[in-house]
Amino acid sequence: MKLNHEIVEKNVGLMGVLIAVVVSIAGLFEIVPLMFDAKAVEPLPGLKPYTALQQAGRDVYVSEGCYVCHSQQVRPFVSEVLRYGPYSLAGESVYDRPFQWGSKRTGPDLARVGGRYSDEWHEVHLMDPRSVVPESNMPAFPWLAEEMVDPEQTQKSLKTLQWMGHPYSDEEVANAAKAVEGKTKLEALIAYLQVLGTAVPRSIPQ
Amino acid sequence: MSSSWSTYITIGVIIQILAYLWLLLATSKTEVEGADSENDTGHVWDEDLRELNNPLPKWWLNLFIMTIVFGFLYLALYPGLGNIKGLLGWTQEKQFKEEYALVHEARQEYFSQFKGKSIPELAKDPEALKIGGNIFANRCAVCHGSDAQGAIGFPNLTDEEWLYGGEPEDIKTSITNGRHGVMPPFAQVLGEEGIKQVATFVRATWHGKPGDPTLVEAGKQKFQNFCAACHGVDGKGNKVIGAPDLTNEIWLHGTSDAIIETVLHEGASGTMPAHKGVLEPEAIKVVAAYVYSLSHNQ
Repeated sequence: MKLNHEIVEKNVGLMGVLIAVVVSIAGLFEIVPLMFDAKAVEPLPGLKPYTALQQAGRDVYVSEGCYVCHSQQVRPFVSEVLRYGPYSLAGESVYDRPFQWGSKRTGPDLARVGGRYSDEWHEVHLMDPRSVVPESNMPAFPWLAEEMVDPEQTQKSLKTLQWMGHPYSDEEVANAAKAVEGKTKLEALIAYLQVLGTAVPRSIPQ
Repeated sequence: MSSSWSTYITIGVIIQILAYLWLLLATSKTEVEGADSENDTGHVWDEDLRELNNPLPKWWLNLFIMTIVFGFLYLALYPGLGNIKGLLGWTQEKQFKEEYALVHEARQEYFSQFKGKSIPELAKDPEALKIGGNIFANRCAVCHGSDAQGAIGFPNLTDEEWLYGGEPEDIKTSITNGRHGVMPPFAQVLGEEGIKQVATFVRATWHGKPGDPTLVEAGKQKFQNFCAACHGVDGKGNKVIGAPDLTNEIWLHGTSDAIIETVLHEGASGTMPAHKGVLEPEAIKVVAAYVYSLSHNQ
């Protein structure tokens, strides 16, 4: 069979179509099946969608760029499980839009940080990390204690997430603004951190 | 994964690899020809520079074929084609469990040398102190400091003062089950004036700081009514609920008038997380021994 470059190279339209075909092939087999196969996106038993305050804290986490230095995915390696706790499962990230798995660990992984430290510790640590961990290179976030959560924005977030299928009751959405009224971003962020990874028991396999 | 999607993926992947193979072989069939050949790609530069339609060099072609062979071998051995598990039966979970079992066994064996020894005995055992110190650095130093001297709000573990008791079993219980101490806010109950009276009473009675006698007297009354339930009539605290001793100079949040008044106003709380399940019981015992040694090995 004789293949001729000329046909492809002299017809930009045809070349564009062929490029699109080649580029989509991997996606057709790796991504498309997951979109239709509901099992792959089922929430883990016991996993609850974030409360209004936690969701507001999650927005702070994203807007402050915490994901730049912190991952949220314990990989199934012995060393990671001993350090952080049980490895992460796909069903834990169902209510994360977008997920915060991250790709780089300048700081430690946070997938199992919920309950690991006290609220008081988080407060002191976020205000000035070096007051409790002298060798830390994490930046301080003192403005979080002064800035307030925007109740209207939080309610909109919950409403949108409900529309996208998160199992919020209408009541929860209606009360979302009230639930975060008068809360600082610091309180919201701590509420979010303290729930991370708690759908899975923290115990390491004995 | 449903079987229809599995079939779709399986067939799709195999067709894709076979298509690569076809493309590779189809384009390799052309003959290698000399510079005078007419078989070129049709590209001409600088009037007479042409690109001949020659196939890939043999070694390069063979590398391609090797990757295709590797691909088929990989898909035969490992899970890659939909639900097909592969001949090795490998899963990420299985590999983790095997590796973890080895490490778990090694840890059990290592910690078994500390079995049957009491915490004070372990506090004199160099091996236990070494590993206890390592675990402390990993797990505890974040709050209590790498020198175990704590910080404001986080107890110093090297002194004689213990919120929940410093006996070996108390330390072990604190680490295993965690602790949660709460001092409620008293702004509503005592009012501005009352807070001032109580603070003055505490400072005058136990810290020798002179204060207005009427304030002290009024503060004493209020202390008996509201504070003594937890801190004791004599201010010596209560280790069962972690109420601090107020009669010495070791204060978790500081001893200035301002801080005492703030704590009375807003309350204070502290949480020590539980480590049951996170660390093996023997490991907890070894850390407890390390902590115990900090105030007993002088």
